[in-house]
Amino acid sequence: MKKNLFSLLLALGIIFYFILTPMILNSPILRESSFTTLMYIALAISLNILMGFTGYVSFGHVVFFGIGGYITFALLYYYKISLFLALILAGIFAALIAALLGSVVLNLRGAYFAIATIGINEAIKSLVNNLEFLGGAEGLFFNMKIYKSYGGPQNALWLSFYLLGIITIVVLIISYLIKHSKFGLGLFAIREDEDAASTLGVNTKLFKTIAFMISAFFPAVVGGIFFFKNGSIDPGSAFSLTKSVEMIFMVMLGGIGTILGPVLGAITYDKIKETLLVSEAFKNLHLTISGIILLLIVLFVPEGIIGFLRRKIKVLKNILD
Amino acid sequence: MNVYIDTFINGILIGLIYGLAAMGLALIWGVLKVINLSHGAFITLGMFLSYLIFKYFHIPPYISVFFTLIIGFILGFLAYFISLHKIVSHAKNFKEYELSSLLSTFSLSLIITGFLLFIFATTPMAINLPLSLFETKLLASFFSIIFTIALTLFLYKTYMGKAIRAVSQNIDAAKLMGVNTTLILAISFAIGISLAMAAGNLIAMVFPFSTLSGILYELKSFVICVLGGLGNPVGTIVGGIILGLLENFFGLFVNQGLVPFIEFTILILLLIFKPNGLFGGSK
Amino acid sequence: MKKYLSIALALSFAFFGCLDKKEEKGNKQSISETKAKTASKDFIVIGYTESKTGKFATESREQSQGLKLWAEDVNKNGGIYVKALGKKLKVKLISYDDESLKDRVQQLYTRLITEDKADFLISPYSSGLTASAAVVSEQYGKVLIATGAASDKIFKKGYELVYQIYTPASRYLKDAIDLLKEKHPDVIKIAIIYENSNFAKSVATAAKKYAEEKGFKVVVFESYDPGTSDFTTLINKIKEKGAQALIGGGHFTDGQAIAKQVNDVKLPLKMLCILVAPAIDKFKEIGKAALYVSGPSQWEPKVDYSPKTYPEKFYGISSKEFVEKYKKIYAKDPSYHAAGGYAAGLVLQKAIEDSGSLETSKVKNALDNMDIYTLFGHIKFEKAPYHGRQEGHKMVIVQWQEKQNKLDKEIVYPKEASTSNYIPYNKKF
Repeated sequence: MKKNLFSLLLALGIIFYFILTPMILNSPILRESSFTTLMYIALAISLNILMGFTGYVSFGHVVFFGIGGYITFALLYYYKISLFLALILAGIFAALIAALLGSVVLNLRGAYFAIATIGINEAIKSLVNNLEFLGGAEGLFFNMKIYKSYGGPQNALWLSFYLLGIITIVVLIISYLIKHSKFGLGLFAIREDEDAASTLGVNTKLFKTIAFMISAFFPAVVGGIFFFKNGSIDPGSAFSLTKSVEMIFMVMLGGIGTILGPVLGAITYDKIKETLLVSEAFKNLHLTISGIILLLIVLFVPEGIIGFLRRKIKVLKNILD
Repeated sequence: MNVYIDTFINGILIGLIYGLAAMGLALIWGVLKVINLSHGAFITLGMFLSYLIFKYFHIPPYISVFFTLIIGFILGFLAYFISLHKIVSHAKNFKEYELSSLLSTFSLSLIITGFLLFIFATTPMAINLPLSLFETKLLASFFSIIFTIALTLFLYKTYMGKAIRAVSQNIDAAKLMGVNTTLILAISFAIGISLAMAAGNLIAMVFPFSTLSGILYELKSFVICVLGGLGNPVGTIVGGIILGLLENFFGLFVNQGLVPFIEFTILILLLIFKPNGLFGGSK
Repeated sequence: MKKYLSIALALSFAFFGCLDKKEEKGNKQSISETKAKTASKDFIVIGYTESKTGKFATESREQSQGLKLWAEDVNKNGGIYVKALGKKLKVKLISYDDESLKDRVQQLYTRLITEDKADFLISPYSSGLTASAAVVSEQYGKVLIATGAASDKIFKKGYELVYQIYTPASRYLKDAIDLLKEKHPDVIKIAIIYENSNFAKSVATAAKKYAEEKGFKVVVFESYDPGTSDFTTLINKIKEKGAQALIGGGHFTDGQAIAKQVNDVKLPLKMLCILVAPAIDKFKEIGKAALYVSGPSQWEPKVDYSPKTYPEKFYGISSKEFVEKYKKIYAKDPSYHAAGGYAAGLVLQKAIEDSGSLETSKVKNALDNMDIYTLFGHIKFEKAPYHGRQEGHKMVIVQWQEKQNKLDKEIVYPKEASTSNYIPYNKKF
């Protein structure tokens, strides 16, 4: 029990670091970069619940981020309900959609599941593109007045940041609790050998669906916060396939199926990208360079940062998770 | 001419072109069990190669395609050893490298796309031959059929082709029979890339394109592979034709903007009910 | 384990609690910072993001080239005179790559404001990215000049500090429809097709409304997916419905494809008016298919906006001078994106000179009252409820015509700017 707790506390510590430094230094620039980092962390942890624990690689996971963004946006836009309520409703709705979709696509395995999730993302993107009340291809734009009820844009940006911080903590703790519960054990059994798990009496279908729902809930909330903060939403930015693949990368980079892994993966990925984007020497070729770095990671550190540390440093072998 | 006949002919022609674009993806998917996420990037690379050859040497795409095939083969061969060999050779079975191969081929696509964006940005490009759209489509479709026949003959009639099929069916058995599986996998990947680039080379003469066009064909190729199965090139072409007809006839009755929605819904339904392709057995 | 968990939760509630106090302090601090900063200034820092990668890369690059040209011109003259500081200040441009994505726009703009101490901001290319940037610029009270963003929607949202250079989407095709009415009073049925993207949809929706007001019957009103390159089905539909004129498009590639494919099937339209594509020089690549295709343009290298044409309110260099300078450096004709980039700088320069200050409120005041003619045309901003939206600037309509067997882009509307007479599209068949 102790070794696992160490990783959780370390992960919590890291997340708190990202929440507290902008707060204490009252630095908007730190807040903005921490916002991106925290967003990646939360998305990576959510995906890890499905991909790492259950072994189902969703290539279109960003669809829940987009759905959450649209629901939050539409609720605030048309019904002017409170942000908190809208976020929770968005999460629940996304989870329900996941349950519905999951009941069919979770029958697919491996690459077929991956392709199906890409298909879902593209289908929903195209649908939203044609839905007038969601603004279609133009998307929706907030009136600045919306921020007034949250104390003006400046406060709204801070508020979004704190909300994201809380969500990140919650998703981390939930991922920890799942991993160390009977439910988590069942998920890992599915990941190792689904047929065997089924024969051993695991209700694989139910377990998979619940994991899918949980891993859909949080990206939806994060999406809601992200688009609230951005003040506008459109299908292209809500359902971007690139972000989906980025999520997978972060999980892989950190260590698939671990607690601390997605956190480290997200931070590393984000920092690499941020550095490349603003560096004079690399900013023109940053896409190529990040491609090369990612390829090197896949080839030479396939077990991710956590696995690498476990292998190289004996002391950490039993502590890190 | 009657609108329906028009639509039908166009659907077939477009379908043949889509099939051509998907052929490389299907081959690699079928043999290596790798979903090549750099497929679109290589199609784009083929388009730009075609454009540059036309611009600087005035060689039209229907001739430069043979050159592109060779370049594509070499690049594909290199790409296999750079991005896939280490993952594939260390795995006990394809399930083990399924995920990492998705990621390594995606990195490859980032590298290529980043490079193309650096040079060409997203400036739209077009190769303008003194031919009408219909004529260029016919020409590309003709190549599509030729490639299908050539690839089928290669796979079923030559020793190398038989070895590729053997590897795709059971890699361990093939290895025991003395087949150099690494070489076969590398060659299959190289042929797949070569076909992708050749498809790009030909599509460039039909439609205008930019650095980001490849991804559209990549997504369509997924649908086609699922429609036509991975077994043989003829299946892929038929999958392409079905997609082309569907797109064109749907476009006639519903708003064009909804076509992708219908397309991907079909993809999901097919995956669920007919995962081995329309012509494969049920699962 | 439970103990640790509860500590974690308690901590998270604790910091959530101090939220309110924190922010009051934040406001005060940022005000005092700005005051300290203006005292010892050597540069006017202007920040923006450029889409170096992603789908807007080309347009954004040109926009940025125009802006850089402006900065060069200003600095060659020693900078902009700021009365409040009693000296000329040079201009320093700072930019980052936004990858054509919303993800980092806010992060980068915050960085520009807080870290790079930008005094003024120029928008990214496209309305979507501009909307994201505007939230940040409003928050820090920085003026944002929006160029490359034609959406109307941004300006209905109560932004106080965003100013638009382009003619907004709602007026994009207005002139084209007026021209159609004027030249072809017999045309009733028209078709509008548009790319399913932010910009094209706003334009098409507004055009449909205006066309119906003018008594046209829109028999086809359809979108197509971005990236569509085969329009055979759509053209069949248009033929079947008997439309006499076709208006629409989206970006360059699809527009060019539409022109080519309409020409291939020899559809005898009275007018073929396409967004974006005909305004760009590359359009002539499709040869005869480009002939008599018309399209709206924000600006053309051929326009003559100079002190001679608008003696009273003209500001900055003339359009001819701009074209020459741009050609010297980049070896090609500037597009309207480039001219828009230059104009954005110019508008800022004028506002700084008029107000004699770098303070947001004074510059804002100058912008609100601005009414000038530049190389880009008339610039004047609307008041509420569409504060900041462009109301002065007008589109021109170009048409590809043949001069001595060579394709040439001519301006055919409005009359005062025209370089040639309008010719019906079907004259070529």
